[in-house]
Amino acid sequence: MAITKLHELHTRRKSRNVGLALVLGLFVVLILGLTVVKVTTVDVSNVGSAGAHE
Amino acid sequence: MTDATIILEDDREAGFGDFFALLKPRVMSLVVFTAMVGLIVAPGTVHPFVAFFSILCIAIGGGASGALNMWYDADIDRVMKRTKGRPIPAGKVSEGEAFAIGVTLSAFSVVMLGLASNWVAAGLLAFTIFFYAVVYTMWLKRSTPQNIVIGGAAGAFPPMIGWAVVTGDITLTSCLMFALTFMWTPPHFWALALFMNSDYDKAKVPMLPVTHGTRSTRNHILVYTLILAITAGALLFTSIAGWCYLVAFVVMNALFIVGAVKIWRRDDAASKADNFKTERSFFKLSLVYLFAHFTALMFDAMLSGLLGGMGIGGPF
Repeated sequence: MAITKLHELHTRRKSRNVGLALVLGLFVVLILGLTVVKVTTVDVSNVGSAGAHE
Repeated sequence: MTDATIILEDDREAGFGDFFALLKPRVMSLVVFTAMVGLIVAPGTVHPFVAFFSILCIAIGGGASGALNMWYDADIDRVMKRTKGRPIPAGKVSEGEAFAIGVTLSAFSVVMLGLASNWVAAGLLAFTIFFYAVVYTMWLKRSTPQNIVIGGAAGAFPPMIGWAVVTGDITLTSCLMFALTFMWTPPHFWALALFMNSDYDKAKVPMLPVTHGTRSTRNHILVYTLILAITAGALLFTSIAGWCYLVAFVVMNALFIVGAVKIWRRDDAASKADNFKTERSFFKLSLVYLFAHFTALMFDAMLSGLLGGMGIGGPF
């Protein structure tokens, strides 16, 4: 027979799982955002020094 | 497995909020705020996303040191009324889990901050975590009544880290922001210790009222409040302080010194008679004090950004 009634323990366990999923999802979004910013932002000081070496 | 063990395990099952509580969210909010102000007032610019990411890393680093503090201090947290509801004494999270979370998040926050901004800021964050978890929690807290004085440095680093995120260096101005929080910590915590004296006594934490008595603590609060006013005044001579800071400095330090004098003039009988009313209001005022100083610095930075071109500078 299937257990149909949820105990408070299941709610707590669910909050932990949902929370972890959100944290991991947020981490992926943050790393993606940071990568985009780092790749698209031009570092003027580095451009100058790179030009001097050429 | 008996019914009893099922009930026991049921009680120990932690929710997400219990793990979040390990990071000391209230302390984290102070860390986030002061780091944000350090980042805003620093000369130069940083991409808003990098700024947000860096603040997040500083918050996680601060939270990680809080988790390590709860791991190490679990035994005294069980004794003190103020802390026995924390996740480890409440039996929600095990000591091993708290340690693992603290170490993992410490390493994670330092590395991510280094990659996102620069390694000066990351180094300062690593030192902050080390200072709070090892120097304060493990070495000072249980051994000397000066625990708060030296340990206060850990909570004072965030504005320096925020500054370093933008500039990549440590300057006199960022050191003065550090000094403001550093000098603010002792009177703030000693006021708390005056009306939580029995808690610290029970846990055998050598806070000043426990080791040297309340008379000495009241003297210390007054002296440190005066030194704090001088330290806060030193910031007026830097480029980040403007008219807002001058107003906040005058008003808040006048109120704070008056509060410290009131505490100094009282004795234990008077305090017990009104359930430490003056000490409690001084403690609340100390929270406003720090918030007002850093908010004023933030407003000055915003105003100088808006009005800088019109030649409106600071008071000195």
